[in-house]
Formats: sequence, C-alpha cells, structure tokens
Amino acid sequence: MDKKRGAERVQPTREAPVAQPSAKRGAEHHKVDLKGHSESWLRNHSEVGKSALAKLLGTPVATVMTVAVLAIALTLPGFLFTVLSNVQNLTQGWEGETRLSLYLETSLSDEDADRFSRSLLMRDDIAAIDYISRSQGMLEFKKYSGFGDVLDAMSDNPLPAVVMLLPKSKNVADLGLMRAGLQALPEVNEAVLDLEWLQRLDAMLAVAKRAVFVLGVLLGLAVLLVIGNTIKMEIESRRDEIVISKLVGATDAWVRRPFLYTGVWYGLLGALSAWVIVQVAWLMLETPAQELAQLYRSQFQLSGLGFFGSFLLLFTSVLLGWIGAWTAVRRHLREIEPR
Amino acid sequence: MIQFEHVSKHYDEGYDALKDVSFTLNTGELAFLTGHSGAGKSTLLKLVMLMEQPTAGHIQVGDQLLSHLTRNDIPYLRRSIGVVFQNHQLLFDRSVFDNVSLPLQICGYSPVDAARRVRAALDKVGLLNREKMNPRALSSGEQQRVGIARAIVHKPKVLLADEPTGNLDPELSEEIMRLFEQFNRVGTTVLIASHDLSLIRSMRHRMLTLKSGRLIADG
Repeated sequence: MDKKRGAERVQPTREAPVAQPSAKRGAEHHKVDLKGHSESWLRNHSEVGKSALAKLLGTPVATVMTVAVLAIALTLPGFLFTVLSNVQNLTQGWEGETRLSLYLETSLSDEDADRFSRSLLMRDDIAAIDYISRSQGMLEFKKYSGFGDVLDAMSDNPLPAVVMLLPKSKNVADLGLMRAGLQALPEVNEAVLDLEWLQRLDAMLAVAKRAVFVLGVLLGLAVLLVIGNTIKMEIESRRDEIVISKLVGATDAWVRRPFLYTGVWYGLLGALSAWVIVQVAWLMLETPAQELAQLYRSQFQLSGLGFFGSFLLLFTSVLLGWIGAWTAVRRHLREIEPR
Repeated sequence: MIQFEHVSKHYDEGYDALKDVSFTLNTGELAFLTGHSGAGKSTLLKLVMLMEQPTAGHIQVGDQLLSHLTRNDIPYLRRSIGVVFQNHQLLFDRSVFDNVSLPLQICGYSPVDAARRVRAALDKVGLLNREKMNPRALSSGEQQRVGIARAIVHKPKVLLADEPTGNLDPELSEEIMRLFEQFNRVGTTVLIASHDLSLIRSMRHRMLTLKSGRLIADG
C-alpha cells in the first residue's frame, strides 16, 4: 500500500542549491530498523483492523442501520441471481427431453424408410431413435384422432413415416444446426425441432438475466455510495485526530488505513447479513418447492447460493466496501491538512 | 539545525507574513521567537513544519533542504520535529497515555518499547500518575505538559513551541519554560514562539524578534 516507509527508504542525494552539498532528502532520523519495520507494519494492520471493528461495534445502532441498508442492497441481486440459476437448472432438465421429428418423404418405401432410420443410429450425435412406420402412424392416428372413418375412406395412406430422434446435444444452437443438416437429407421431407417455446424461454431468461445484472450493478453502486458516505462522515468526526496525526508525522497511508478497514468491515458485515437473509429465504421456499416438484414427478431440487455464490457475494461486497472507503478517503483526506 | 535564508511568505490574500528572514539556529541551541501577534511567529514555525511553503528563500532543517522534499517526505520530516501548541491539540477520546504514545504508534514502535518511552516522557513532565486519565479531566497546565510529553516522546532533534504558555498563569508559565530548558540541556534544539516578554527576558536566551514579518533583532 505505502511503498515509501520509514527506514527502508533510500533516496538519491541531490545537490542543494545552497552551500550544503550534503543536503539529503527524506528522513534519516528514524529509530525503527528494517527488520522491525515489516513487523511493525503488520502489527499496525492487525491493530487498526481490530480497532476499526471495535469502533463499529462500539456504536451498535448506527452500525446496524448501515449494515441493514447494505444487506438489503446486496440481498436483492443475490436472491434474484439464485432464482435465475434455479430456473435455468429447471429448463436444462427440459431441454434434455428435446426431440427432433423427421417426416420422411411419402414416396419412400417402408423398407427404405426402415433402412434410413437404422442408418441414423450409426450417427454419434443421436442418442436414440424411434421409428414410426406409415401404417403404425395410421393406426395411432385413427385411435387418437377419431377421424378413422375419414381415413378408411381414403385409398392411400396420406401419413408419412416419422423418425423421432433423441439428440445427444442439449445445446440450442447445436440442435438448430443438426436440424438443418437432417432436413437436407433426400429421404427427409421435413425436420421439426420442438424447441421454439424453449428458445423463447431462453430468450426471456436472457432478458431477465440482463435485468438482474443491471439491477445488481445499480445496487452495487448504492452499496458504494452508502459506504463512501458513511466513511466520509467518519472522516469528518475524526478530523482532529487526522490533523494531529499528520502533525506528528503520520503518512497518508497511515491516516487512510483505519478508514479502509472500516469500509472492508462494513462490506463484510453487509455481505454476511445478506447471505443469511438469502439462505433463510431459500430454506422457507424449499418445502413448498419440493411438494410442487413431486406433483410434477420431477427430481428438481432448489439450490441456494452455494459455495461459489457465497464467495462471490462476500468478495464483491468486501471489494465494494474497500473501493467505497478508498474513494471517500481520496476525496476528503487531502483536504484535511494541519493549518 | 534550522537555517532560514532570505525566506519570504506571501499570502494570496495580499499580505506578507514574512519578509526576507535569515537566521541560523545551531544544534543544541535554545532561542525565543517573539513579536506582536501577527508579526509572523506562527508562520515561521509552520514553514519549519512544512505546514506552509515559503514563497521565496530556502529553509534547511537538520541536513534536509525543505524545498527538495516531496509531499511524501513531509511525514518523515515531521517525525524529526516535536511541536507544542498553544491549544495543546490533545485528543479527548483517549487517555493521556494514548495521547502521548500517538507519535510512537505512527513511527511503528513496538507496544512494549512505546509504553516504556511514554512513561519516561510523562515522568519528565511530572504526570506519571495521570497516564490513565482523560486529558479533559486535567488542568490546563497539566494538559499543556501532556502536549509537551507528546512532543518529546520520540526524542526529536528539534522542539518547536507556539505560545506554549499562552493560557497559563506566570508561575505555571515559568515551570513550562524550565521544562524546555531541561530538554535543551540534553541536546535538543528548541525554538519557542512567545510574546511573554518579561518571562523570556528573565531566562537570558537568544531572542529573535519579528515585526511585521521582518526579523528586527537577533540576540
């Protein structure tokens, strides 16, 4: 943080314009040796960290208010992100059941159609096939449509043979390419991917994701401002201390340090509160969601923030706390000089 | 130890606080800086501390030429100087002990070493039994002595004082001045700004007299 620290500093000697050729820069009258220095620097960090936390806990009401604001600002995007990731998990399960239907040319004989369907099995992008011959199709159609009499009246079976495919890929773009490739085969009259509604859902999810992202950025900005403002007031209230410290030789880094730690603590406390809120919310949703899933015979399970999400929440918040404190300190500490 | 060469300080508001001031204060010397209020005493001390920059001339403290110091060097210069203020500038949110140990914390002394030095400094100003008290609970003379303990706790080579007896009665004033003499006797260079002429004259030290920013008498 502060590159130039006390006894370590070696500065080039500059010629003084006045008669003293030995004029040096920097401070040499410093009683802490090199080894003691990193030690004292570490000690200062741990002390400042501890006392910053102690100061926060010493004013519990004000701290709780600030932390509550931060927690709300962090909970909202955190919760929405987990909602999105759950919806995505759910639709991924659906995409796994995506089927491609190939309507074969009616001119194809039953044997050719059967041979063609078998040849498809050799392809390694297809997991399974289900061949429905023209007559089989006719039977099913009669059974389910109730138009049996009409069909009986027709001399020729108008239905094409159908091959239902279960593609290995679950990726929407891959499936689209595969469909186009199959459509181009001479035996295939039409290849239909029953995906449109999934694509729409995907598009909607993308929009929702972007919206949550924008909301997250905005609320992150709010966190930054809240912490920045809190630190600014903290600086104001400790003005005397800053002035006196500077008078007795405190470096900018030394003066900055307690405020940066305060910002980091705020970020951490805010993130921990938000984490608890999000987890409690998911716990409350868990039972009804499971009941719902059972009704649909689904194996779907809600997932909370998880390890990565929790880490991201903590890391982002601490970083925001530090940056918020840093900007406040940058703007206000230079103004406070001994006069 | 402190050398001024043709130093002037002009404020943008349009008045000259110091005009062409030159003097040398040798290592181990004690001198008083005197003159009416507004004569430039405080400005001169502020220039030594680099709280202000001179408009012209050169100032040297120890072997450092102040015009060569960057913003980042200023804290290290200030660590070599102890300052006592008229309004003592103590922090009322902490004990006497913590007030005095502030410069040591900043310089990075270990807590054990710092505690030893703080007690030694408080002992010198006769306040060893007050270390746990809040400075607010002390008399103004005692507060001033805490300020002095803080100024000398890290054994600076130079000790500056700006009206250190400003609010004190004559008896306490003399006591404080005797303290400065003591520090001077062990080799600290001392420069005291004061307008308490009767007290200063009685102490028979070098006197630098300022009038409207000019050094009109030295000796």
